[in-house]
Amino acid sequence: MTEMVRLIEPLIPALRRYARALLRDRAAADDLVQDCLERAIGRWHQRRADSEPRAWIFAILHNLAMTRLRRAASRPRPVAVEDVGEGDLANPASQEDGLRYRDLVSALSRLPDEQRTVLLLVCVEELSYAEAARVLDVPIGTVMSRLSRARERLHKAISDNPRPESAHPHLRRVK
Amino acid sequence: MTTRPIAEDDLNAYVDEALDAERRAEVVAYLDTHPEVAERIAAYRAERDLLRAAFAPVVEEPLPPQLSLARMIEARRRPAGTPRWAMAAAAVLLLAIGGAGGWSLRGVDAAPSGGLLALGREAAASYAVFAPDEARPVEIRAENRAQLVAWTSRRLGRPVAIPDLASSGYRLMGGRVVATEHGPAALFMYDDDKGNRLVMFARPMTNGRDMPMAPHVQDGINGYTWADDGLGYSLVGAVAPGMLHPLADEVRRQIRSEA
Repeated sequence: MTEMVRLIEPLIPALRRYARALLRDRAAADDLVQDCLERAIGRWHQRRADSEPRAWIFAILHNLAMTRLRRAASRPRPVAVEDVGEGDLANPASQEDGLRYRDLVSALSRLPDEQRTVLLLVCVEELSYAEAARVLDVPIGTVMSRLSRARERLHKAISDNPRPESAHPHLRRVK
Repeated sequence: MTTRPIAEDDLNAYVDEALDAERRAEVVAYLDTHPEVAERIAAYRAERDLLRAAFAPVVEEPLPPQLSLARMIEARRRPAGTPRWAMAAAAVLLLAIGGAGGWSLRGVDAAPSGGLLALGREAAASYAVFAPDEARPVEIRAENRAQLVAWTSRRLGRPVAIPDLASSGYRLMGGRVVATEHGPAALFMYDDDKGNRLVMFARPMTNGRDMPMAPHVQDGINGYTWADDGLGYSLVGAVAPGMLHPLADEVRRQIRSEA
């Protein structure tokens, strides 16, 4: 088990990031990561010795997240996606960055789960295509085609919906 | 020299820096002569960087105590007979988790009477009444499990699952329906070989929201409370939080996997 702590503990911050990006709620995401770690402890000895720990633990978390999202989708939503506090999602940073992050995160949240997850795993978690394929339990070719569609759709959503000028009061010309 | 045509997959792999040097050079040459594609690929790169930046702060946050892997492993190793130092450590952790739990509940639960606090109080009160009862701690005994499931499900107005804690050394004794301010609740009681009793308590939540697991303590009775899928749950007992928490996780896991 000390080996498990050594291999898995450094991955916990990234697991929180993936869970937070998917669930968009700090408490729910950390709860999910806790659930994931409990399962990982229980299954550590059944793990194939040659399996790469990062893909292995991300797969556990991913499957839990998908179950969770499906259950949430089958119930009426108490809170609209757009109402989620910005602080739950991203860096408030500068005003300019904050607005760009919010547009991006909001566009991301409108992607289908299969595109959103692959984009997060490859772009944010920097998993290789092979690792992402293991996490998602699909062939590498499917990872690549989903990734391609996800990028196209995210890009279109952002460029079709430029932020109105009123959102940049400091750029407004005073007459 | 003929090169393989550049495909969309090559462009994506270029964005992800997953190409070998030779193929990368071919993609760069292609982009040099196709400015429209180059513009789109540059935008993909910028969007990737923005995504990374948007979620980067999460990894900088300090880990909450409930995500301590070493502690979780330790809690599993100790099914019975907790030494005094561990009890002390668990008490310290309880305070820490209590703080974190309190924080996560802030602003989520507008009406505490319908929330986890009330549920935890009701569970602890039921434990205090029924667990010490020698004559009749439960109304329906474990032998009549099907009858118990049917009764509690009917009174709660939805299916109720009875978790199996045998692998943790706790056997189901039976259960009953109890009264709360918020309507009927199901109570299931378990005991171990030493006669230590645990109560698992469930009732519908008035606001129907999922709530993460949070610890509570009342008159020496510890509990972990959460809400899933419209039902609120509390596992309570006069045992250390460090022992109760993995049991509560197990209960939640079983209920979720049956859902």
